[in-house]
Amino acid sequence: MHTSEDFAQELIDSGYDFFTGVPCSIIGNLITNLTDRPDVTYIPAVREDAAVGVASGAYMAGKVPVVLMQNSGLGQCLNTLTSLNLIYKLPCLIIVTWRGFEGKDAPEHLIMGRTCDKLLDTVGIPHHNFNHDNMKALINMSYKLVTENREPLVLFLKKGIID
Amino acid sequence: MNYREAITTITELLEDQLVICANGLISRETFTIRDRAENFYMIGSMGMASSIGLGIALSKPSRKTIVLEGDGNLLMNLGSLPMTGSLQPGNLLHIVLDNEVYASTGNQPTISNVIELEEIAKSAKYAYVKRVTTNEDLKREVIHTLKSEGPSFLLVKISDNAEQIGIGRVTHSPEQIKERFMSAISGKR
Repeated sequence: MHTSEDFAQELIDSGYDFFTGVPCSIIGNLITNLTDRPDVTYIPAVREDAAVGVASGAYMAGKVPVVLMQNSGLGQCLNTLTSLNLIYKLPCLIIVTWRGFEGKDAPEHLIMGRTCDKLLDTVGIPHHNFNHDNMKALINMSYKLVTENREPLVLFLKKGIID
Repeated sequence: MNYREAITTITELLEDQLVICANGLISRETFTIRDRAENFYMIGSMGMASSIGLGIALSKPSRKTIVLEGDGNLLMNLGSLPMTGSLQPGNLLHIVLDNEVYASTGNQPTISNVIELEEIAKSAKYAYVKRVTTNEDLKREVIHTLKSEGPSFLLVKISDNAEQIGIGRVTHSPEQIKERFMSAISGKR
């Protein structure tokens, strides 16, 4: 298990410098860490599409943004991703917590848990999964992909990988 | 005052300010009246103008950033008002052209005929809020808010008789809009 502090540090060391999102219990400590750090700012968003919108503005003003959300929020921001980010080529890293993975969760998470990766395949947003061993490599690779391809990229984070 | 008069008055007063133009008639009309690299024209993602503008304003505090949207746009992302109010970006000017209809889709009513949107902006702690009903007042308020600390909010009541005939469509591609807008941001401090 990685600490949220290490996870945040790795994002910052990779070059990400703007953070926004909507909480999920899986990333609760990560958001607390980003909020408390003196070296970066975390903008609490009221909805996931607002977070993606703010991140898109930040990118155009020179930042490389990260958006944090639960997979339930993917539905909320799908129109912004398809009719803003994908067509204008406005990139951001989106860290999405995967509730409802393999059907083990509360009922409201089961349908999105079963379909969130396929949903991204359908609209053409690339995605990868964090596991216990690939945290640093995946974050580093994501920065290269986000800045070179100029597209949103989703990294799925299941329960139990960060504290 | 209709759309065209309001947008003409606003754009005549612009220098190097960044403007996020909401999707639909507002982008098309602004493009037709005064196309400039500092305009970011949205063609989709309705409601997001205020969020995009907030992200820019926070990341580039030295540049005045203007959100230009309609009542329908604002109502679709009303949570943006308290987000902006909580963060207090002094360089943000939020202008809402309120004709009480979704003009881009043929004048179906919104709900701003009974809801005073500027009162919501006041509650959301915008530093300066004004309701404007005439072209003369609009000019005076834009001059004032361009110079003063924000976040400022202008609710501009306009008529719903937008003439859709003859309004151009934005001819730049989305990527072109973004590229020249980003150059306009990074070119100046």
